[in-house]
Amino acid sequence: MATMTMIQAIRSALDVALGRDENVVVFGEDVGYFGGVFRCTEGLQAKYGKTRVFDTPIAEGGIVGVAIGMAAYGLRPVAEIQFADYVYPGYDQIVSGAARIRYRSAGDFISPLTLRMPCGGGIYGGQTHSQSPEALFTHVCGLRTVMPSNPYDAKGLLIAAIECDDPVIFLEPKRLYNGPFDGHHDRPLVAWTGHPRADVPEGHYTVPLESAAVFRPGRDLTVLTYGTMVWVAACAAEETGIDAEIIDLRSLWPMDLDTVVTSVKRTGRCVVVHEATRTSGFGAELAALVQEHCFWHLEAPIERVTGWDTPYPHAQEWQYFPGPDRVGAAYRRTMEA
Amino acid sequence: MPAYPPLSLHIPEPPGRPGVPTDFSYLKVSPAGAVRRPPIDARPDDTMDIAESLVRVLDDDGEARGPWAPAADPALLRRGLRTMLLTRAFDARMLIAQRQKKLSFYMQSLGEEAIAIGQALALAPDDMCFPTYRQQGILIARGYPLVDMMCQLFSNPRDPVKGRQLPVMYTSRAHGFFTIAGNLGTQYIQAVGWAMASAIKGDTRIVSAWIGDGSTAAADFHNALTFACVYHAPVILNVVNNQWAISSFQTLAGGEAATFAARGVGNGIASLRVDGNDFLAVLAASAWAQERAHRGCGATLIEWITYRAGAHSTSDDPSKYRPADDWARFPLGDPVARLAQHLTRIGAWSDAEHASTQAEVEAEVMAAQKEAESYGTLASGHVHDASMMFDDVYRDMPAHLRRQRAQAQGA
Repeated sequence: MATMTMIQAIRSALDVALGRDENVVVFGEDVGYFGGVFRCTEGLQAKYGKTRVFDTPIAEGGIVGVAIGMAAYGLRPVAEIQFADYVYPGYDQIVSGAARIRYRSAGDFISPLTLRMPCGGGIYGGQTHSQSPEALFTHVCGLRTVMPSNPYDAKGLLIAAIECDDPVIFLEPKRLYNGPFDGHHDRPLVAWTGHPRADVPEGHYTVPLESAAVFRPGRDLTVLTYGTMVWVAACAAEETGIDAEIIDLRSLWPMDLDTVVTSVKRTGRCVVVHEATRTSGFGAELAALVQEHCFWHLEAPIERVTGWDTPYPHAQEWQYFPGPDRVGAAYRRTMEA
Repeated sequence: MPAYPPLSLHIPEPPGRPGVPTDFSYLKVSPAGAVRRPPIDARPDDTMDIAESLVRVLDDDGEARGPWAPAADPALLRRGLRTMLLTRAFDARMLIAQRQKKLSFYMQSLGEEAIAIGQALALAPDDMCFPTYRQQGILIARGYPLVDMMCQLFSNPRDPVKGRQLPVMYTSRAHGFFTIAGNLGTQYIQAVGWAMASAIKGDTRIVSAWIGDGSTAAADFHNALTFACVYHAPVILNVVNNQWAISSFQTLAGGEAATFAARGVGNGIASLRVDGNDFLAVLAASAWAQERAHRGCGATLIEWITYRAGAHSTSDDPSKYRPADDWARFPLGDPVARLAQHLTRIGAWSDAEHASTQAEVEAEVMAAQKEAESYGTLASGHVHDASMMFDDVYRDMPAHLRRQRAQAQGA
């Protein structure tokens, strides 16, 4: 065991995958010699060579396209999209290519690739370095969409993603790279050092896909969330004194519905929290699923706490970000309903 | 400031329309044998003159001329001619079957058969192809069973892709034939990725990528050229310039201002512009590009000049947008007639053999069709069970799809 930041945990996962399987290749913009703008691939090119870890042209459509060709050949490409906000030129390749190659060829060709991309705000990145586009991927059949909330899960989920025969969109909440973040931007930074979820084995392990975690057990209401908002939701529980059961979905789609349904049936109340914009966000799907599976157990309307339906603003970042006050207010409304 | 005239927007027009015969002088045709053959390791910028002229081997009399004339075994050429006749017969029968509603849709390769078949014969059988929907000639040249092709077309229970794809969207890993996408151009950059993988693994297999003139406008084309140049990917980047993308003349993809081959040179890729209706030129240019790929000289872009003789698909009516006699007046002729003329000239073919081969390939297609129809057609309603639509979305079926499958079955 070692204490790792999320960056170190991701790097460790890539290191383990590169070391165990000669078919794993890692590439993206600034990923090779430099080690990535967030340092997630630092040292890997020196260790594994330039044909296993390399830089690419600035062309996301090209990065995803060559990843598909490599994966069909038999490699296990792990491509980095420098920011999730940059993925859109590659979207056709993801939707029309990666997600459907197994289906359209009836299994003759497959697309076992992993696309890593930092997502989310909280770093003053403005509208081009802050987005959370997970719903654009959960809507696409054939993809797996994953978002870890801590170093232990990040490493275990990333190794599971690389070993998975399906294409995986691996979203990394960049505000969590260097420490947990409860949404109080005006307080001192907290590091991962000494945090139990930063205790990461140095070798190989996986966190299974399609499995959620009960991040904080509770009796009053169920919170369905993932990524940075797991920490915000937990902070809101402490601050309101409401005993929220916080479920960290980890795998957004396909998802662990049983854990969700079991919890909501027990608490009878549900709040969905995500950083992404509200309308047609993944929270809409979660609310629909809870309604379909738990309607007769609900004692209050399902609440959604999300980013506003605007581009992510720069100077107004903290008015946009759904912090613990907004989440806590939703808890109170749900309890009072 | 000088007083400039008002600006105006240029909208390219094709050189012919219904009732207005095409002026084919735009094609820039070089005489057979006139274009030089550079060394295998030529620098990309040393191919610009070839990207702007037209490599041709067969002259109007069927004589092979100049430095590109391949030392081809007549047996290989005879095989090429027979495969073209077979492909043409296959296309003709499937067009009729589509009108009979045995399949929903069809796309023929009439007039451009030499390119896919010639390149397939120039490649090793296990080199990987990333085709478009008009390279059925590759599958036929590689011996993929006609019955299996027809079962795909008929969407019957023996359709290898389980009725999920439009007719013509074949796949066969075993024949080095990548699953065809309906989204144009996506395969081009994927082909470069496969070629990069082949190089990463120290493989010896190269890749043949295919795109049409119209789709070169897509970002995937430009991404493919960039990645192929940067990594010296062992890939042949084929651009089949058959003049028409449905109703869009090739000038709408930028063919008016520069050749498509010239785009390769501009991207640092050795590029050739070749008569695609000249089977010998197809063999020679493909062999040159293949040799470069194997020797680590990187990618080669080949623009093949040909003509889409038929409609884009069975859903298209070209009489609405181009002259009806266009193909008959196309300066590069018919690849089947030109190869037959050459083989006859060298004493390796005859009218009698042509007639008997024609009868033979038609019988082969008829027999295959009879067998394929015995397994069902779209018209007969014999298709894969609907519950199979839930398979292969993921390797292992997730819970939500198991629930939906049960709902679809009325459970």
